[in-house]
Parts: sequence; C-alpha cells; structure tokens
Amino acid sequence: MSAAADQPYQAPARRDPYQLGRRDPHAKRQGGEATGHGEGGPASKRIVTAYGFWIFLLSDFIMFSGFFAGYAVLGGAAAGGPRPADLFEPTRVAVETALLLLSSFTCGLASVATQARKMVLTQLGLLATGLLGFAFLVLEVQEFAMMIAEGAGPSRSAFLSAFYALVGCHGLHVGVGLLWLGTMMAQVWVKGFRDDILRRLACFNLFWHALDIIWVGVFTVVYLLGMGR
Amino acid sequence: MRARARSWLKATAAAVACLCLASCSGVLAPKGPVGSANRTIMLDALAIMLAIVVPTILATLAFAWWFREGNTRAKYRPDFVYSGRLELIIWSIPTLTILFLGGVIWIGSHQLDPARPLESKVPPLEVEVVSLDWKWLFIYPAQGIASVNRLVIPAGVPVHFRLTSSSVMNTFFVPELGSQIYTMNGMATNLHLQAEKPGTFRGQSSHYSGDGFSGMHFLTHALPPDEFGSWAARTRGQGPVLDAANYRQLARQSQDVKPFTYGAVQPGLFDAVVTQKLPPAAGPQEGRGGPQTSPGDRHK
Amino acid sequence: MLGKLTWDAIPWDEPIPLAAGGLVGLVIMGVLGLVTVKGWWPYLWHEWITSVDHKRVGVMYCLLGLVMLVRGFVDAIMMRTQQAIAVNAPGYLTPEHYDQVFSAHGVMMIFFGAMPFIVGLMNFVVPLQLGVRDVAFPTLNSVSFWLTASGALLTNVSLVVGEFARTGWIAYAPLSEPAYSPGVGVDYYLWALQIAGVGTLMSGVNLVTTILKMRAPGMGYLRMPMFVWTSLGANLLIVAAFPILTATLTMLTLDRYLGFHFFTNEAGGNPMMFMSLVWAWGHPEVYILILPAFGVFSEVISTFSGKPLFGYRSMVLATMFITVVAFMVWLHHFFTMGAGGDVNAAFGIATSIIAVGTGVKIYNWLFTMYGGRIRYTTPMLWSVGFLVTWIIGGMTGVLLAVPPADFVLHNSLFLVAHFHNTVIAGTLFGAFAGLTYWFPKAFGFRLHEGWGKAAFWLSITGFLIVFMPMYVLGLAGMTRRLQHITEPSWRPMLLVMLGGVGVMIAGVACQVTQIVVSIRRREELRDWTGDPWDGRSLEWATPSPPPAFNFPVLPDVEGEEVYWGMKQKAIQHQELVPEPDYKAVEMPRNSPTGVVVAFFCSFTGFALIWHIWWMVALSLLGAYITFVVFAWRDHVEYEISAEEIAAVDRRRREARKRWLFEHSEAEGSA
Repeated sequence: MSAAADQPYQAPARRDPYQLGRRDPHAKRQGGEATGHGEGGPASKRIVTAYGFWIFLLSDFIMFSGFFAGYAVLGGAAAGGPRPADLFEPTRVAVETALLLLSSFTCGLASVATQARKMVLTQLGLLATGLLGFAFLVLEVQEFAMMIAEGAGPSRSAFLSAFYALVGCHGLHVGVGLLWLGTMMAQVWVKGFRDDILRRLACFNLFWHALDIIWVGVFTVVYLLGMGR
Repeated sequence: MRARARSWLKATAAAVACLCLASCSGVLAPKGPVGSANRTIMLDALAIMLAIVVPTILATLAFAWWFREGNTRAKYRPDFVYSGRLELIIWSIPTLTILFLGGVIWIGSHQLDPARPLESKVPPLEVEVVSLDWKWLFIYPAQGIASVNRLVIPAGVPVHFRLTSSSVMNTFFVPELGSQIYTMNGMATNLHLQAEKPGTFRGQSSHYSGDGFSGMHFLTHALPPDEFGSWAARTRGQGPVLDAANYRQLARQSQDVKPFTYGAVQPGLFDAVVTQKLPPAAGPQEGRGGPQTSPGDRHK
Repeated sequence: MLGKLTWDAIPWDEPIPLAAGGLVGLVIMGVLGLVTVKGWWPYLWHEWITSVDHKRVGVMYCLLGLVMLVRGFVDAIMMRTQQAIAVNAPGYLTPEHYDQVFSAHGVMMIFFGAMPFIVGLMNFVVPLQLGVRDVAFPTLNSVSFWLTASGALLTNVSLVVGEFARTGWIAYAPLSEPAYSPGVGVDYYLWALQIAGVGTLMSGVNLVTTILKMRAPGMGYLRMPMFVWTSLGANLLIVAAFPILTATLTMLTLDRYLGFHFFTNEAGGNPMMFMSLVWAWGHPEVYILILPAFGVFSEVISTFSGKPLFGYRSMVLATMFITVVAFMVWLHHFFTMGAGGDVNAAFGIATSIIAVGTGVKIYNWLFTMYGGRIRYTTPMLWSVGFLVTWIIGGMTGVLLAVPPADFVLHNSLFLVAHFHNTVIAGTLFGAFAGLTYWFPKAFGFRLHEGWGKAAFWLSITGFLIVFMPMYVLGLAGMTRRLQHITEPSWRPMLLVMLGGVGVMIAGVACQVTQIVVSIRRREELRDWTGDPWDGRSLEWATPSPPPAFNFPVLPDVEGEEVYWGMKQKAIQHQELVPEPDYKAVEMPRNSPTGVVVAFFCSFTGFALIWHIWWMVALSLLGAYITFVVFAWRDHVEYEISAEEIAAVDRRRREARKRWLFEHSEAEGSA
C-alpha cells in the first residue's frame, strides 16, 4: 500500500455518499416479500418465469410491428393488381375473429380449471382452445389458397407480399401455439399439475392472449382499414 | 512516461502532415459553392467540438499522469464521489455544445438540401443521370446528347441533376464539387452543383453496387460556357443514338467502360427509366460472359 | 436429392479459400484429435458443452468471440494488403472474392466477434455482481450460446461450400435481391444471422429478467454496480431492436425464396424501406456493443483509482438516456437518400443529443481518476487508452451527424475510420480490459502483466497508424469497399495503413502470447484470495474460480459498493463476519439441449441455403423433439449439500483471514 496514507482507510463519515436520502441502511429489513425490487432477494420462479416470458412477448410485439410498418408502407403498392377491397371478405374475417376470441375464452376457462386442479376440465378447455384455433387456421389457409388461385399470390405485388407476411406471421404463431398446446396437453396429462408445468401453462396463456391482441391489430389495420382504401 | 509524451508528439506531427495531404484534394479543397459550403459547415462543427475535445484529452492525460500511484504529491481523495457543481458543468458542456451544433445542423440541412436550387443569375443546365452496372450515363435533354462515364459541364453555371438508377442503388459523388445523392431505381432524386472555374474533377459512386463497383469512376470536365456549347454541338449527330434498344444494351452488366457519347437521345428516355417503362436492368446472366456468379446456382 | 448442392460448390478453382479452408480443416482435425487422444471428451462434455452455469457459458461465449475476432482480423489483413497493392493494378483478390471478404469481415466482427464477447462478459459477471447464483433461465442461456455458435459455423462453412454474401455486412436491397445476387451467398448471410439472432434475443430476455427480478436481498436499483446498469441498457436494446432485424431479414428471405416483393425494384417493392428498417435495428446495435464496454470501464477505472465511481446517479441517468435516444437517430445512416431538410435536420439533432450522454460519462470517468491513486495494470491501460482515443471517434460521429458534412463524407473512408474508431477504441478495448480484469476471477490466476502491456501498446499504436490516415483518405474523397484504386495519390496513406496493420498483428500476437504464457505459468500467477485487484463489487467476494453456486449464502446488501463496504468493516473490526448458517442449495442440472438444438439448427440452416427440403423438415423435427425431451425432464435440479458448501466457504474464509492479517501487518508497518 502506498506510504502517502498516514492512517488506515476510514469508512466515510457520511453513510449516504450519494445523497439518496435513504433511511439508515442498517435498519432491519422488512421480512420476506420478494417483490424483486431488491429488498427481499430474488423473486420466486413463478414470477421470474412469467416476467421473462412477458419480456419475450414484448419483443415479439416489436417484431410484428416491423411487419405492420412494412404493411403501412407497402399497403398501397398494388402494382396494378388486386386491391384490398377486391380480395377481403368481411364475413370470413368476422368468423376468424370470433373463433380466435372464443379460443381465448376457452383458454381462460382452462386456466380456471387448472387453478382448481381439475384435470378433465383443464384438458377439455385446452382441447376446445386448440380446436377453435385450428378452425381459425383452416379458414385462413383457405383464404390464402383462394387468393393465390385467383392470381393474388404474394409475388403479385408489394401490397400482397406485405399482406401475406403479416397475416401469415400471425398464423404461423398460431400454428406454433397449437403445437405447443398439444405438447402441453400431453405433459399435463402425464405429469399432472406440477409446479414447472403450471409455469409453462401460464406462459402459454400469456402467449395465446397476446396472439389475440395482435389479431385485433391485424384485422383493424389490414382488413378494416384496407377495405376502406 | 516521457516516452509516451514523445510518441504523442510524433503522432501529432504525423497527423498534421496527413491533413496537409488531404487539404490538397477532395473534400477539403472544393471547387464549387456547394462544396465550399459543405466544407465551411464541416470545419465550423469540427472547431466547436475540438474546443471541447482537445482540453478533455489533455485533462485525461494530465489526470492519468498526476494521480498515478507513484506520485506522492497527489492528494488521495477517496470520498470525492459527488459534486453538484461539477455535475452541473458536466451536463452543461455537452448540452451547450449540442445546442450550438443543433443550430448549425438546422440551418445547414436546409440551406444545403441537395434538391434546393442554387442562387444564380444564369439558368441551370439540366443533366439527367442514370447509374448502371457499372458505369454512368449522363443525358443532356436540352442538348439532345448523352455521355457515358464522362461528365462535361459549363463552369460558373449551376447544374441541376435529376438522377435515377437502372438497377441497384448507387450514389453520385464528385468530391470536389460537393454533396452526393443516392440514385435509386423507380424514382428520381435531385441535386444541384456548380463548378466555379474550369477544371477536371474526379467523380465516383459512393455506394457499393456489386463486383464492378470499383470501376465506377468518371471524370468531370468543367469547361468555359462557350467551349461547353461547342462540345455539345460537336457531339450532336455523332456516334450512336440512345434509344430504348441501345439503352437496354448499355444496361447489361459490364465493367471499365471507356467514355463515349451518343449523338442523339430518344426524348423521355430518362423518364421512361424512372417510371420503369424501361424495366430495371437485369443482374448477372448465366452463360452470357458476365461476372462469375456463385458456384451454387449453376444448377438452379 | 441434395437440392442445389453439388461438388461444384467447393471453390476448386480459387486457391486462397481452398488453402484457407484446408488449413482450418487441419487445425480443427488436430484439435479434435488431441482432445480424443487425451481423453478430454467426458470432461468437456460434462463440464462445458452441456453446462448451464452462467460462468461456463460466459467463458465459451468469450472464447467464440476471440476466435472470430481473429478470423475477422485475417479478413482485414487481406483487405489492407489488396488495397495497398491494387493501385492501378488488379491485386491478388478478384472482385468476387474481395466483395465476400469485406462482407464477411463486417458480419464476423460484429455478430460473431464483438457481440459474443460482450454477451460472454455480461453472462459471467452480472449474476456475480448481483449476488445471485445464476441467470433467470440457465438452460436457455446455453441454448443461446450454441445458437450463436451455429451461426458462426454457417458463416465459416460458406468459405468452402458455396460463397458468402457479396453485398456488404448489411445486405442492402436491391443488390441482395435474387435478381442481383442469385447465388447462395446472401442465403448464408440470412440464415446465419437469423439463427444467431434468436440466440441473442433469448440472451437479452434472460439478462433483462435477471437484472430486474433476481438480485441479492437489499440490492435496490441504485445499489447495482455500473456494469449491471450498462448491461441492463444493452439488453433492453437487444430485446427491443433484434426483433426488427428478425422481421427485416425475414422479409428479405421471403423475397429470395418465395418471390415476395418487399424490396424488389418492380411490383411496388421499396428498397428504401430495407434501409430504414435495417438501420432501425442497426443503430441500437452499436449501442448494444458500446454500453457494456462503458460498464467495464466504470468498473476498471474506479477499482484501479481506488475510489468509488464519480457521479453514480449521473452515470445511471446517462446510461438510460443513451438507451432511449439510441432508438431515435437511425436515419443518420442514410442522410444522402434525399429525405429533405426537415427530416435530415431532426435526425441530425437527435444524433448529436446522444453525445450529451456519452460526454457526461467521459467526464465522470475523468473525475473518478481525479483524487485517485491510479495503479497502471493492463486493464487500466486499456481504459485510459479508450478515454483518449474513443473521444476522437465520438467527435467524428457528431461531425457526421451534421447532414451537410455527411453529404461529402457518407460511405467514405472517413466513415469507416469513425466506426472503427468507436468500435475498436470502445468495444474492443473494453473487451480486453474486461478480459484481463475478470480473467483471474474466471480461472484462478492472473494474466501475465508484461505481455498484456505489450499487447496494449502495440494495439493502440497500430490502431492509430491504421485509422488516423484513414480519416485523411476519406477527406481526400476515397470511398469504401474498393477492390482496386485508380488514384495514385492515395497510395502513400494506404501503405502507411498497411504498416499499421503489421503493428496490430504484433499486438494480437502479444495478446495470444499473454494467454499462452499465463496458462503455462499459472502457478506463479495464482490468485488465492479471489480479490487480486482490491475490487469493490460482489464478484470479488467469491473464490477464484467461483464454485457452481457462486455464494454460500446470498449476501445481505446494505449499501452501495457492497464488497468494498464488507472489506472495510472487516478491516475495522479486524475479523470476518461470523460464519453464516450453511444450507443445501439446489442448482440447475446440466443439459445437452443447447448443443443438440444448435446441431439441428445448423443443418436446418444449411439445408435451407441449399434447398434440401427433406433435410429442413427432418432437422426442424429434430429440434422440436429435442425441446420436448428437455421439457419432459423430471429431475431438473441437483442438490449441493450444506457440508460441501461449508467446506468451500471455509477455504475461502481461511484465505481471507490470511489476507486480513497480512493487510493489517502492512498497514501497521506503513
């Protein structure tokens, strides 16, 4: 150590060198409540898992917003081809919306059943969610197939590219969600309501509801606003 | 430590020598009003910032030197961790600098907007520019001629460029005349430049556009206005005609094209390129002797 | 059967990639052979490859980063030599090859060199500084690393199977569209980045959750070390920016594979939108690179000045300020696209506003040194080197933020010098400062100081010799990415730069030597106390290397600079705190999920590139099955007994008691 110091290092007299105005730091902590704000230590696994999944969902929203931005820019670039009003069928969109919203409802029912630890009801709720989601996908694939058959495929124009990408991205998420759902149903059935399975079910719920939110954005921006173009 | 000071001195001397080299050409030696204005703003901004940066670097070296462990004369102040006054100054210095700079930015961005016409008593010369793979086409609509890989303009006369690309993006840039602008297919950008006096300047593309990019340079000749007139008159009627067919031929990928001129230009050709009536030029063609394409797509 | 893939994909007629590929192949075979012969596979598999320990994952990230930095540096050497030779001459690299070299140089340096190294540092240090046992999602952490490695692998495979993109490191449209880049190069680029991008995004989610939800008891936000704050900023940027890259690259992929028209010239496509979207990611990306480096400097400067960081709250504010404003400036990458005076000016002003945040940080570092007692170890040298050189890069950045200046400097070597100035003097110097600072913590022995200092001096000198003339060439009008030069007056500067590259090679050689020598002389460089630098934050409270569980008992955080306070209390009372109540600890089990998923993703990427559709389907299935197998695990944790923890901690306490005794002896005799 350097010879310049005459006495050993003294802790600074001020206990609050950064003038944060906190109370005496040696005061006893209020026990246990791990809110994750620092006072109680790391948050529980349940909170951490859901929080992390939320952050992922927010990042997914940002990815969708990239496609929304693309649609906003390219929505008018029909290159002389079919325009939204020529292609979109309000009834189909309405049914798709109803199916998806209903599936969110059944997903919520399933989660209520999960909290009550009722296996059969949980599986029924999840099954209903899956079937409704699957019906949504069937309608959407049908719509795409019809449009492609009419010559309104994604390579026809930039508007159509943006449409297929945005709506298709949402559909892909629904598809992956269904795969996840099937896997979860099997897991719950085999392993029961274990803690980690419950955490994953919670994440699935968040995911499924988030897809609903995105769909509201999609049908507003793409279909409703588009048909007005 | 003395060795460090010596090496810094050497570095500074080298830097000064470097700058001298730069000031003989390019951006720091503009030959037109746009380039001069660019340089003025650049040097102004630089001066504002050097006024902060140089003292900061010196202070860094000074503190780093003075407060080294072996210096027994330096006062050790381990609880010097906060000072309201210093914080105020620390936040103010960059903020004030940026406020000042913000003014320069606002005014400069508007005054030097490439699309802004230049003040002049003389009407501007219209030149239409098409960047191709990998050469430049300059069309003079009023004179009815075109030139490839050589730009001829009258000195002392503002030139209004309308620019587009036949395929991929490029930028049109003559460093000694000033600002550059992108060329993009399907749209026309605008640029105003002027050469103050006659001379020859180097021009290039400043946006990488493929394998032949390095050959995409051209010379800009600024001639006295009457000489420009006679050049245009001489060129008219000589050599090939720039019509749609010849344009398509020109638009095929080729490198290191020697400058040549067209004696006549199909009217509205530039607009046809902009509106894509003349479709965008194709990329690498297999089996046409163009540049080597990837090994993988030979069997596509 | 194999899609587009044929024997012609290998560049039989190009000696340089063939030779390079052969050399790399031999080295890989040699390493694998050595490992096999020495019987190291079980150790590597159990301790490293399947590890979900943040410390191990962090070290692997750093190793990947270092190897790819050298790989990217080789590209740089090729570029400098080509430009020095090819003045009115063709040089030794054809345009097709040169264009791949500069594209790969950028991609490898940023995505597989700097990013992994920085992520590795954050992975290793952040949980330790927070006083917790691991990150929020340990297995996901392992998956993130292996996905990044998969992307790096794909990029390197392109050297010998097919080609790499010839578009630059940001594959601008319409050049990257199939019409103008029909080969597999851009496809390699797209899939490597998409795969690695998933890894990076997951890593961002992981670290944000860790920092916000997992800290030792008592550690409120304003008690977190500065490196944690900058890591938080960087990871928030990752979470917010990388999805934009995913979307943009997906759009380009759709254009290339399914004939979409996002960025094509015809059918309404909009190449300008590619610019805008990709730079909306690209600008936050450079702040992702620099913020953790700023954090490293905060730690290093305060430790080696023997003082707390000056103006901590100011630094936190500046960090968050930079994080937010990073999203508001991206148009400055294309001022010359003709957006008009209003738009250009607005973004120019926003860009210069970011300089306020960085300026504040520099002054706070200066005043941390002021009144300090500075020890010039290698990390401190890197930090002072940063302070003096980085500010030049920051200044030229603000200069480029002035649109009229940018109009004459856009895409010139001035720009190239600016961003190398900031990335090298900032991120790279920070990486080496962090490497030498935390190496003893990770491995239990310090790096050799002499070689480290030599590496520093040679690197900074070489850097100045290469990049200061580059500014001059930019002012002289030279643009970037030229395969050959037709302006002879540029030659002297190009030769000077080549000389500088030689000095940098010497610097890199010294860096490698430092590591080799330190490993061989590790016993004499051994760090017994766990605190070789008299550190101030919690990672120094653990033994070196830390045990799997990091802390026997999560520390009770009572103030800022937690560990410094603990030490001062110990010195004052001349004894350590009493032994804690040791309890058994559950730690996550290792898992091969990461490496297996990455294995399948590598094949998925390769198959997508070469249009081998059955392989795509099979590999995706394999990846899915891997996830299900992982999800089906019943035993996800293993227990470390209280006795084992007690044994490890008692050894540490003994070492600390010895240090305390020696310290008070030294103080007494002073």
